[in-house]
Order: sequence, then C-alpha cells, then structure tokens
Amino acid sequence: MVDTGTDTLYQQRMPIYPRSVKGRFRNFKWAVLGFAYSVYFLLPWLRWERNVGPDQAVLFDIAARKFYLFNLVAHAQDLLWLVGVLLIAALLLFFVTGIAGRVFCGYFCFQTLWTDLYLLIERLVQGDRVARIRLDKSPWNANKLLRKAATHALWLAVAFWTGLTFTLYWDNAPQLLVKWFTGSAPFAAYATTLFLTATTYVMAGLAREQVCTYMCPYARFQSAMFDAHTRIVAYDESRGEGAQGRHKISREQKSREQRRQQGSGDCIDCGFCVQVCPTGIDIRNGLQVQCISCALCIDACDTIMESLGWESGLIRYTSEAASDGRKSSVWRPKTIAYGLALLIAIAALAWSVSSQAPLDVAVIQVRQPLFVRLSDGNIQNSYELHLENKTNEAIELAIMMRGLAGAELDVGRFDALILAPQRSLRVLVHVRWRSSHSEKGSRSFFLDVIPQERKDIGMISAPATFYMPGNNR
Amino acid sequence: MSQTKGNKQGAVQTTGHAWDGDIQEFNNPLPGWWLWSFYATVVFAVVYWVFYPAWPIADSYTKGVMNNVTFVDGKGNEKTTHWNTRSVLLRDLQEGKTAVLSREYMDKVAAAGYSEILADPEMMAFTRSMAKGIFGDNCAPCHGAGGAGVIGLFPNLADDDWLWGGSVEDIEMTINDGHFGFMPAFRETFSEAQLNDVASYVLSLSGQSVDASASARGKTVFQTDEGGCHYCHTPAATGLKSQGAANLTDQIWTIVDVNGAADLEGKMALVKQVISNGVERRMPHWSERLTPAQIKLLTVYVHELGGGQ
Repeated sequence: MVDTGTDTLYQQRMPIYPRSVKGRFRNFKWAVLGFAYSVYFLLPWLRWERNVGPDQAVLFDIAARKFYLFNLVAHAQDLLWLVGVLLIAALLLFFVTGIAGRVFCGYFCFQTLWTDLYLLIERLVQGDRVARIRLDKSPWNANKLLRKAATHALWLAVAFWTGLTFTLYWDNAPQLLVKWFTGSAPFAAYATTLFLTATTYVMAGLAREQVCTYMCPYARFQSAMFDAHTRIVAYDESRGEGAQGRHKISREQKSREQRRQQGSGDCIDCGFCVQVCPTGIDIRNGLQVQCISCALCIDACDTIMESLGWESGLIRYTSEAASDGRKSSVWRPKTIAYGLALLIAIAALAWSVSSQAPLDVAVIQVRQPLFVRLSDGNIQNSYELHLENKTNEAIELAIMMRGLAGAELDVGRFDALILAPQRSLRVLVHVRWRSSHSEKGSRSFFLDVIPQERKDIGMISAPATFYMPGNNR
Repeated sequence: MSQTKGNKQGAVQTTGHAWDGDIQEFNNPLPGWWLWSFYATVVFAVVYWVFYPAWPIADSYTKGVMNNVTFVDGKGNEKTTHWNTRSVLLRDLQEGKTAVLSREYMDKVAAAGYSEILADPEMMAFTRSMAKGIFGDNCAPCHGAGGAGVIGLFPNLADDDWLWGGSVEDIEMTINDGHFGFMPAFRETFSEAQLNDVASYVLSLSGQSVDASASARGKTVFQTDEGGCHYCHTPAATGLKSQGAANLTDQIWTIVDVNGAADLEGKMALVKQVISNGVERRMPHWSERLTPAQIKLLTVYVHELGGGQ
C-alpha cells in the first residue's frame, strides 16, 4: 500500500504504459489471440447442414430450448451437460494451475486477450510507451484530441463487435444482424449487445490490470493451488544480483568479467522487464499477486541478454524448488488427484453425450377425475403421454400396455402416430379395465412406447398407475 | 465515511465562515460517484417525461412523443394510442411470435374437418391445449376442470355415456344450442307401491337383483301408459338422445349416486327419489358467446375426454 498520508483504503490507479516487446512468448500470445478471436468472431457465421433445425453450426435457441453444437443437439433435459462442462473447466484450471501456475491468466483469459488487443490499438494510434507518456503529459491540442478520440472510438468499435458477436450465438446470425441494424431485433438482443459493449470497453480499455488485481476471484484462489513445485515466472536473483547487487552498464562494468570482479550481477537494471509488464510490477521483487504470468518480462530480459551476448534466462519459468536447487516434480499427489478427477469428469461427460436418449417418454396421469365409471361398469383412467423425438428423423410409434390382464388401451383414432424430427407431442390415452370386487385402490402397470421400423431405438417402458374406486373414496 | 479530496481524517473541511468568533460549519460534501449518479437519474427523468406518459394536467396528462402503439381492439378496429402497458400487451397478444404461430395453427384446425382432426396427433395435441383454456373459462364452473361434473346437477363428460349423443356432431349441437333436460315428477301420479315397483324394475335393468314380482309389476307401469316411461326412455330403456333421456340399462347414474349406495335399500330410496321429484336441468347455449372455431375445439376436447363415440 502506498502511503498517501491518509488512512484511506482506496488506492489511486497509477497509469501503466506497457512497452511493446518481441519474443517467443509474445509470438505465442499473438497466436493464441488469433486463434481465440477466429473461433469467437467467426463461429456464429459457420453454416451447418441439418435435416431439421437452423443451418447454423452453433446456436443456442432459448425459445425452443434447443442448443445446437454442430451435429449435437442438446435439449433442456441435458442441462447436466452444462454442469459437466463447467466442472471440466474448473478441474482443468486446477490441474494446469497446479502444474504450471497462472497459465490461464497469462495466455487464455479473455481479460488478457482483450486488454492485449486494446493495447495494440493504443500503440498503433498513439505510439509506444514513451510517446504515450509524452502525449498524456502534453496539454490538450488537436493532435492529442484526435489521437485520444481515435483510440476510444476504435476501442468502442471492438467492444461493440464483441457484444454483437456474443448476441449472434443466440439466434440465426445473418438474420439477427439485419434485424439489429433495422431496429426490429428483440429487446434482449440490444440489451445484451450494449451491456457487453459497455463491459468490454470499461474492463479492457479503462480498468485493465485492476480487474486481475482487485476484481477477479480466480486470481486469488489460484494462489491457493500454488506450492513450491508450481512453475512461476521468476527472476534469478543469485545470478542477477551477484554479491553487490544489480548495476547498470558503465565503462567500468561492461563485460561480465569486469562485473564479476566488482561483485555485480548480470542484471543491468535496464528496466525493460518493468516497462513491458501489463500490471506494472517489478518481477525482480519476487512472486506477487498482481503477476498474471504473461511472460512478457522473460521476452524483454532475453532480448537484452541476447543483445549483450550473455545467456538468456535471467528471468524464466522455474519453480521455487528449482531455484532453491531442489528437484522440481510435475507429478505430485495434488496434480495427480486433479488429473484423475479431470479424466473422470471428461469420461462421464463423453459417456453422457454419447448415450443421449433418442426418444423421451413421460407419463402424466390425468387426475381430474382420477377415474371414471363407464356404462359397462368398467373403470377408465386417462394418461397424457409426453413424447419427444431427439433424432433428426421421424419416428413412427406404437403404444401398448402390459401388466393389467384384460385391460383395454385406447390411443385415439390416429392413422399413425408419427413423431416429427426434433419435435415433441402430447397424446391422451385411456385405459379401461374391469376391476373385481377384491381389487381396490391402485395397480401398477407399464405403458410401452415402441418405435416402428427403427432397430436403433429401443422400446421405452413407462411405469403408470391405474386407480380404482374403493380405498380412494 | 466519504473520503473526498482534501477531506483527511481528523481535519474536516469547514465552509470558511465563522460566527461569534468561533462557530464554524463543517463541509462534508457528497461523494462524487453518488452526486453524478443523482445527476444521471435527473437527466433520465427529463428524457422519460418527453417520451412517456408522465405529468398529470387537470383531468388529463402528458402523453409523450414518438411512442405510438397500434393494436386491434376487441371490436376489430385498428387503434393507435400513446404508449401504455395495456396496449403493448394487447399488441403482443396479437402480433407476438407465439400469438401469430398459434393463430396460424388455429386457422388450420378451424379449416379441417372433425375426422381429419381426430386422425392427426398434432392437431389433437394443439386442440387439447387450446380447448383446455376455453373449457376452463366457460365450462368448468359447472362441469368441473376435468369434466367430471357433479352428480344430480351437471353430467360427467369424462365417461362414455351421452344423454344427448356422443358423436362430434351431437356434441357440437349441444354446445351451440344448449339443452333443457326434463323428466316429470311422479309423486302425484304414482302410489308408494307403484314407486317401489318402478324403482325395482329400473334397478333390475342394470343387473341389480331385486324382488322379481315387484320388478314385473314395475315393468308393466314402465312399458304402458300407466307410467308412460317408455316414451322417453324407449321400451328397451336405453334412452333417447333427442329428449336427453338417460340409458337405464348401463352402470352410470347421473342424478343420484346409486353405485355409491351401500345396499339395495339405499339404491331403491335414491331411484324412488328421482321418480318422485323428476329432473330439471338446463345447459345454456354458447353459439353467441363463443366463435365457431372455439366451439369446434371444445367439441373435439369434450369428445376426447371420455374416449369419444
């Protein structure tokens, strides 16, 4: 906490002007960003052929409660899959964090990705670190106004397209896009788009590293998964500081031999690693909660070391154990447990998805009246059958009953009971049975729904209850 | 609480005035975020006044601009008013996505014949869900939500016995025109002995073991002009749908709960009560209250309740 002479807990934000850097981690981050953006921004536009349903590869149709993922159609009953996906995501985060630290934060988190893009825009419009600092300090003039306005306009454009793209996942993308701009889209589409535009602009443009430092819960609880073997971005203190601490390059301290003699370390205190840091910390102070492990300081330090002709790795991925000279191991009880849990969750989800029931049957007893006496003295019960076809082909069904000897089943006067692809249907059936005097109360039986000419779909036996006058009275 | 600029703990700003030498006034301004949120709500309110109904003026109010809602009122006239939730709801009920879909399907069902509807599972499912609401609004107060009726007052629609006919044509006619069901009271006409005899005969028709001689005497009363019962109930006692006369040979009793009586004596008492007092039941006609399409849906719904004829 910076002492500002007051007892306030609020810390004024120090502006951070991250400097651009080139290197292998920066290249990897650009690759991740390119891949993630291609998927996110293009996926709603990918067309997909289906017998029935929309021709969009990924579409979450809330109104119809159908969620299209390529060849998979998830229904409302499959909500458990979402639990599975979230569980896998959480376990994957635990597992990866246990092994390699905050990899998610540094390379894959959308906050990091969007902030990276916003920084790129800022750099292209306003120039690199020094130019930006100078621009901020200069008085307002036409040039400053133009550059600042252009930056924010581009940020808003990116934010808007981000929000709109998210919205496009929930309806037919080309149609919704036209509707959006002609003012005929649903209110929810405008609300979602504008909300995400606002949050993207504020989080990636204005709040930036404060999201990671103050808002993000993952940032904090990932620390709980750290131990001495977790890989972290760290400064090699013994090499960098030497006996007498870091020292800038000077005439007396130019070559490594000269520096060794005078007890200086390899760190030339150029400050490049601090300047490139998007969270504005000095990695040489050790592991800090602000560090998102983006590894840009590694790129920065390696650039300097290579230009001096010294070996790289003054700042590098290592672990506490390794830097203490102990053996660092990837497979520890914790990571093995996370890995196993992850494998089990993936297997369970895969099994659940592959064994999705093609046909869903539910029997709902008509309870008003529970039973009716017919003219011939028989008792009649009625049931509403909810049938749902989850396949892409029509299914012809036959309904039979078993378990009540001599009972009669009336399914109506249909020519054929054909369940259209991806559709559900409710059918009212009547069961008539003569109960002898000895049988009162209720009897259990089964209503069998049998797919015709479809060997791949098995019969479904739905339990039902037949109520009679007697004990019910 | 508020930590604004220059407001340091223990050194609260004052307004700078001093009265009587040492009386000063603390200055604790509102936090900036609070103040700006307040200004934003003020701006919002002003914009709201312009576009939405807002200010009362005598017996009227400001209507707002550029907020017209067009809908079709109950009489079929297109109306345009200023924005109000009632009109928005009416418009949604007419132009909303599901409203349009349901209207289209309603037109399809209305254009289809009864046999066509009965043979199509999808049309039946649509009919059931739509008619359930119409039935609940109009029929359920008497016949009950599931059509089970009330013994003695309103017939059970969920069984397979139909006083006025159970074909779709008969049911449609019943709903359209209503019915007046009537059986004269015989308490003045019949002696106690005759009442006993006719009641015995009526019970024997549905398979109850009764006194054979009483039943034979009752048969004579029933089948001749002495009682005249056969005119409406027919000589076979299976009822006459043009009169709404009940079938006496089946197991269904709509006026008294004969099946629920514990013993023969109880059953006799109940049947005698009906013969003595007669029956008078009335169902209103619905042709003026419901549209032909609604009556069609109701017809199919009622027909399906008990399995149909």
